[in-house]
Amino acid sequence: MLRDEDRIFQNIYGFEGAGLTSAKGRGDWDNTAELIKKGRDWVIEEVKASGLRGRGGAGFPTGLKWSFMPKESDGRPHYLVVNADESEPGTCKDRDIMRHEPHKLLEGCLLAGFAMGAHACYIYVRGEFIREREALQRAVDEAYEAGLLGKNAAGSGWDYDIYVHHGAGAYICGEETALIESLEGKKGQPRLKPPFPANMGLYGCPTTVNNVESIAVAPTICRRGGSWFAGLGREGNTGTKLFCISGHVNNPCNVEEEMGIPLKELLEKHAGGVRGGWDNLLAVIPGGSSVPLLPKEICDTVLMDFDSLKDVQSGLGTAAVIVMDKSTDIIKAIARISHFYKHESCGQCTPCREGTGWMWRVLERMAAGRAQAKEIDMLLQVTKQIEGHTICALGDAAAWPVQGLIRHFRPVIEERLANGPMQEAAE
Amino acid sequence: MSVRRLNEEQPSEFAFTPENLSWAEGQIAKYPEGRQASAIIPLLWQAQKQAGGWLPEPAIRHIADMLDMPYIRALEVATFYTMFNLSPVGEHFVQLCGTTPCWLRGADELKDVCRKMIGEQGEITEDGKLSWLEVECLGACVNAPMVQINDDFYEDLTAKKFEQILNDLRQGNEVATGPQNSRRASEPEGGLTVLKGDK
Amino acid sequence: MSDNLKVTVDGIEVEVEAGTTIMQACEKAGAEIPRFCYHERLSVAGNCRMCLVEVENAPKPVASCAMPVAPDMVVSTTSDTVKTAREGVMEFLLINHPLDCPICDQGGECDLQDQALGFGGDASRFEDNKRAVENKNMGPLVKTIMTRCIHCTRCVRFAQEVSGVPEIGAIGRGEDMEITTYLEASLDSEMSGNVIDLCPVGALTSRPYAFTARPWELRKTETIDVMDALGSNIRVDMRGREAMRIMPRNHDDVNEEWLSDKSRFVWDGLNKQRLDRAFIRRDGKLVPASWDEAFDLVESKLNGKGNKTAAIAGDLVCAEGQFALKGLMDALESPHVDCRQDGAKISGPRGNYLFNASIAGIEEAGALLLIGSNPRLEAPVLNARIRKRYLAGDFPIAAIGEATNLTYETEFIGAGADTLADLLAGKQSFADTLKSAANPMIIVGQGALTRDDGAAVLASAIELAEKTGASFNMLHTAAARVAGLDLGLLPGDGGFDVAAMQEAAHSGALENIILYGADEIAGASLGNAFVVYIGSHGDRGAHRADVILPSAAYTEKQATYVNTEGRAQMTEQAATPPGEAREDWKIFRALSARLDITLPYDNLNALRAAMYESAPHLARLDEIVVADAPQTPSHDGLGTDAFTYAVSDFYFTNPIARASTIMADCAKAKGARIGAEGTGTDG
Repeated sequence: MLRDEDRIFQNIYGFEGAGLTSAKGRGDWDNTAELIKKGRDWVIEEVKASGLRGRGGAGFPTGLKWSFMPKESDGRPHYLVVNADESEPGTCKDRDIMRHEPHKLLEGCLLAGFAMGAHACYIYVRGEFIREREALQRAVDEAYEAGLLGKNAAGSGWDYDIYVHHGAGAYICGEETALIESLEGKKGQPRLKPPFPANMGLYGCPTTVNNVESIAVAPTICRRGGSWFAGLGREGNTGTKLFCISGHVNNPCNVEEEMGIPLKELLEKHAGGVRGGWDNLLAVIPGGSSVPLLPKEICDTVLMDFDSLKDVQSGLGTAAVIVMDKSTDIIKAIARISHFYKHESCGQCTPCREGTGWMWRVLERMAAGRAQAKEIDMLLQVTKQIEGHTICALGDAAAWPVQGLIRHFRPVIEERLANGPMQEAAE
Repeated sequence: MSVRRLNEEQPSEFAFTPENLSWAEGQIAKYPEGRQASAIIPLLWQAQKQAGGWLPEPAIRHIADMLDMPYIRALEVATFYTMFNLSPVGEHFVQLCGTTPCWLRGADELKDVCRKMIGEQGEITEDGKLSWLEVECLGACVNAPMVQINDDFYEDLTAKKFEQILNDLRQGNEVATGPQNSRRASEPEGGLTVLKGDK
Repeated sequence: MSDNLKVTVDGIEVEVEAGTTIMQACEKAGAEIPRFCYHERLSVAGNCRMCLVEVENAPKPVASCAMPVAPDMVVSTTSDTVKTAREGVMEFLLINHPLDCPICDQGGECDLQDQALGFGGDASRFEDNKRAVENKNMGPLVKTIMTRCIHCTRCVRFAQEVSGVPEIGAIGRGEDMEITTYLEASLDSEMSGNVIDLCPVGALTSRPYAFTARPWELRKTETIDVMDALGSNIRVDMRGREAMRIMPRNHDDVNEEWLSDKSRFVWDGLNKQRLDRAFIRRDGKLVPASWDEAFDLVESKLNGKGNKTAAIAGDLVCAEGQFALKGLMDALESPHVDCRQDGAKISGPRGNYLFNASIAGIEEAGALLLIGSNPRLEAPVLNARIRKRYLAGDFPIAAIGEATNLTYETEFIGAGADTLADLLAGKQSFADTLKSAANPMIIVGQGALTRDDGAAVLASAIELAEKTGASFNMLHTAAARVAGLDLGLLPGDGGFDVAAMQEAAHSGALENIILYGADEIAGASLGNAFVVYIGSHGDRGAHRADVILPSAAYTEKQATYVNTEGRAQMTEQAATPPGEAREDWKIFRALSARLDITLPYDNLNALRAAMYESAPHLARLDEIVVADAPQTPSHDGLGTDAFTYAVSDFYFTNPIARASTIMADCAKAKGARIGAEGTGTDG
C-alpha cells in the first residue's frame, strides 16, 4: 500500500483549508520559480521520465504530448487548456482537486504552460460544478493577488494568465477537440483530426488539452523528480492515481493509491469491501462507464493499471470503479449506461447518432425480456458497426459497455429473453 | 434526451441588469479580441439565472447581438447544452442523477419521491417552488445517490432524507448542502483509511 | 521533398500532390467513394462516415474525405472492412429514414436511394419505432420533410460559407438534432435554393415544384440563364411545353454549380402572362389580331417615317434579335437606337463595358473597390465568388454607395461621386490599398452610370483603375446588354438616346417607337408615339403598346447571349414559343419584308454569319476575348449625389420575374422579414 508521504493530494478530502496558506503548508508554490528556471526541456523531461500517462481516460503519455507543441512560436500564441469537464460516470476525482487542492492544479498549469510556451491557460469546468468553479476561481484570485499568476508569475520571469471557463451540460465536451469547440463558443462537436490541437487548437493556435489530475501532479513530479513517480507502480503504469469507488461497496470513496494495486485490495482496504462480502460481487466496471465490465472471476485477481486491464479486454479509463453486487440487474445497469451515451452523443457522426439510440432501445427491451434471442448477436454487430467508425471515441465508449455485457453475461440475457413475454407469446 | 423546444410563451424582451451587464463584459474580456463568442455559455447561464432558472428566447437574441453572433448559432448552443432550461422551472430546480452509479444506490427511490412530492418531470408544483428533471451523471458518484438543487449538490441521500430536504426548501427552511450522512466529502464513511496522520 | 506522393489504391499506384485527400487519390485511381456529407465546394465535415476506407497500418477505418494522403500510403476501398463499414453506416442512415420514396420528390435523384442500392441490406433489423421529426418552415422556396434528414449539414455549411447568410443551423443534439432556421424564419439569402440541390435526400426539396412531376418524365434542356448578366449555366426541365423547374449546371468559370433564387424559380413566369398572339389597339383597347393585321398597321405607321422611328432593346433579348433590329433600323435609315433602356452612360471601346478581370479572376484579386454596385442583388452568384475570395483571407473590400450587408466585410468609404473624386485626388487611403495589392479590382455598377454624371463616373472609375493598376470591371444587370453594345445598338449620328427619345416622343420629333422587350420604361414617358412592342410577356411595354408582336422567351429559342465578362454563350430551345409567337429575329425579318427593306438573310445561319462579321467574337462561344483597354470617355464633370443601386426589388427585375407568382411569394416573405425584427444574420 502506498505510504501517506507518497500521496500527492494530501488534502483530497478537504479536512484542511483549500486556501493559499494551507496549500503552501503542503508544499504548493514552494519556489516554483526555481523549477521554471531549469527550463522548458527540463520540465518536459521530468514529466517524461515520470512515465505519467494522461489521467483523463486515454492514458497518452503526458510528457510526450507536451513535446508535440511547437518549440518556437510562429507568431500565434500557445494555449494550455485544462479539461475539468469531469463527466465520465463513476468519476469524481477532479472535483476534489478543484475544491480541496486547487493550488496544485494552478501551479501545475503554470509549469505545464511554461513547458509548452503558453502564456495563457483556460480551465474548462463542467457546468454543473458550480461550487467547484467558485472554489477554483477563489484560488485563482488568491494566486493573482500573491503574484503567483499574471506578469512574472511566481517571480519566474514568465507571464502567465489562467482563466476559469465553464460548460453547460455536455459530456462530449470532455473530448479535447469538442472542448475546444465549446470554448470557442460553439456546440461541442469533436473536430476531425488531423489537424491535431498541438498544431491547430484553440482559436487555430497550438494547444494542449490535459486532464486536471495530469496537470495537478506535475508540480510534485518536478519537485520530487520523475524517477520518484516512476518508482511507483510498474513500467508503463507508473505513479499514484486517484481512484473513485462507487456502487455496491460498504464505504464508497475517493482514494489516492499506487498504480497497479489489486482491485480486490483497493475495494477491501479503502471502500469497506463489497456489500455483503466479496462473494456477493457480480461485476465491476473498473474505469468509468466507457470500459467493459469485468465479472467477479476476473476481479479476483486483476491489477488496477492500464496494461493489466487492457489484457482483460477492459481499461483503466479514469480509474472510476463501479461495483455491482449480485442484487444488480446487470442488463438494466448497462441499459442505463447506454441511455447515457444516447443522451450525450453530439449527433455529428451517423453511427453514434443513430447507433446509440438503437442500442439503448434494444437493451431496454432486453431488460424487460421483450426481445428475440437473435437480437443479442445483432446488438453485438451494431456495437461493432459503431466502434471505430466515428470521429471521436464516444462511439467506442458507447459500444464497449454493451460488448462487455454480452461477452460476460450472455447467458443472463438469454435466460431473461427465454422467460420473457415474447417467448411466451411465441409458445 | 427528448427534443428540447423553446417554451411557447415567451417574454417580449430581455436585457441584462446593469450588474449582470458589467459582469458579462468582464467575462467577454477573458477571451482574445474577436473571440468574444467564447463567452456565450457563461452569458447564457447568467441570463438563465436572471430570468429565474430558465432561458427565454429574447435572451438568446440579446446575447447573440452582444457577441456579434448569428442568432441560429446562439440557438444551437442554447439547445445543445442541456443545462439551459428552455422552459420555466421551479424556484428549487431538482436535477436528479439517474446514471448507473447513482441508480445502483437508489436513484429510483429518489425519483419516486419526486413523483410523489412534485409530479412528473418538467411539471412545476402549484406553489411554483419545485420542479425536477432526471439528468445524467453529475460527477459525485462516490456520494451516490445525489441530486443537484439549483447551485448545490445534495449527496449520500436516502428517500427519507431527500423528502425532508424538499419539504424544508419548500417551506424556506435552511438546508445543509453536500453529503447528508456523516461524511465531509469523498472520504469513506466510518473512518479514514489513508492520510490519517495527525489529522 | 517532392510535392508529389505515391499512393496505392486497390493495388493501383497513383501519384498525387501533397495535401490531396485520400478520397481524391481514390478517385484518381478510379475507385469511386460513396459519400453524403462531403461536397467539394463546402468545408469538410466528415460526419456521415460513408466514405470510410481502409489504410494499411491504421488502427481503424479512415474518413477518406478528410484525411490527407501520406507518402506510400496503401489504401483499400474494397476490403471486407470497408464493405462492412459502408453497410453499417447505410443501415444506420436507414433505420430512422422513412421509406416514403413513392411520395418523395427526391425519388429518382436521391443519393440515399442510389447508395442504398449499392450498400444497403435487403431487410430491416430495426424493431423499434422510427423517429419522426417536425417539419420546419423555411419560406416559399424550400420545402422541408425533416424526418428524411440524414444530418449531413451540407445546408448549414452552404448558408454559412457560400451564401454568407448564416441562417440554417442544427439545433439540439444526438438523435434529436434538427435542422432549422432561427424560429423557422424564411430563408433570407438570394441563393437559398441551392440547398435543395445540396440536400442528398428529400429533406429539403423545392416547394414550388412539389408533387408536380417525377424527374424521369421531364425533358431536360441545357441552356443559359438571363435573369442577370452572369450567364449562369442552367438546365430547364419541361413537361410538354410547360417549364417545370430550372436547375444549375456546373461551369467553373461562371456560376460554379450555384444558381440564384431568381434564376432557379422564375420558371412559372415562363408559363404566365404570355403573349401568344398579336394584338392591336382599337378604340383604346388591345384586341387580338392576326399577324397580317398587325403588320398592316405597323407598315402604315412606319412607311416613309424611318427617321421618325426609334427602337429600344430591353434586358432579356438575344444577340440575334438585337442584330436584326439594328439591321431593320439601319435599313429604315434611323439613327435612333439604344440598348441602354436604363439610361446608363456607357460608351467607348469594349473594355469600357466588360468585367475585364473575368468572374473567375475574382479569386486572384488582392483588393476590391465597388462603385455604386450591390452585387448581392445584381448578381448573387458573382457575389458568392467575391465572398469565396474574402473567406480565403487578406482581401480588403471597400464600397462607395449606401451601406448594406454584402455577406462579407465591406468598408463603406462614402456614399457618392465625391468619394470617387477623393480617391482620384489621393485623399482617400483605399486608393493606396488598391495600389499595393496584387490584381486589384474595381467593379462599377449600373446604378452609378444611369445618373446625369454617369459618363463622368465611368471616366473617373477608368482613370482610378489606371492610376492604381486595378482592373476595370463593369457589372451589368441585363443579360442582353453586352451583346447590344457589341452590336452597336447605340444612337448613330444625330440619333436620340433613350432619354432624348422620350423627349422627342412628347415633342413629336419621333412618331414611332419600337420596344423590343423593353419593359422598364414608363408608358407615359413615350407621349403620343405609336408604340410597337415585340416581346414575350404582357408587362409594361405591352400595356403601352399600340401593336404587340409576340416573340420567344429565352427558353424558346437557340440564341446568343454575352455575359458581363464578355463570354458569348448559346441558349438551347427547350420549348417552342407559345401560340402564334415567333422567334425574335424572324419577326424583324418579316417586318423588313413588309416595309420593302428586306434584311439580307432568311435563316438563322445566314443571320449569324452576318452577325459574326460585325462582331467576330460572338462566334467564339464560351470564350473570353480580351477587350481593348478602357478609355476615359468625355464628360461634364462629377456630381456629388449619393449612388443608388440598380436593383432594389430583387424578385421583380424583369417581365418574366414579374409574371412569376413564386417571385411574388418570395418578395412577400422578404417583406414580412423586413417588417419583423432582424435575425442576427445582417452583420
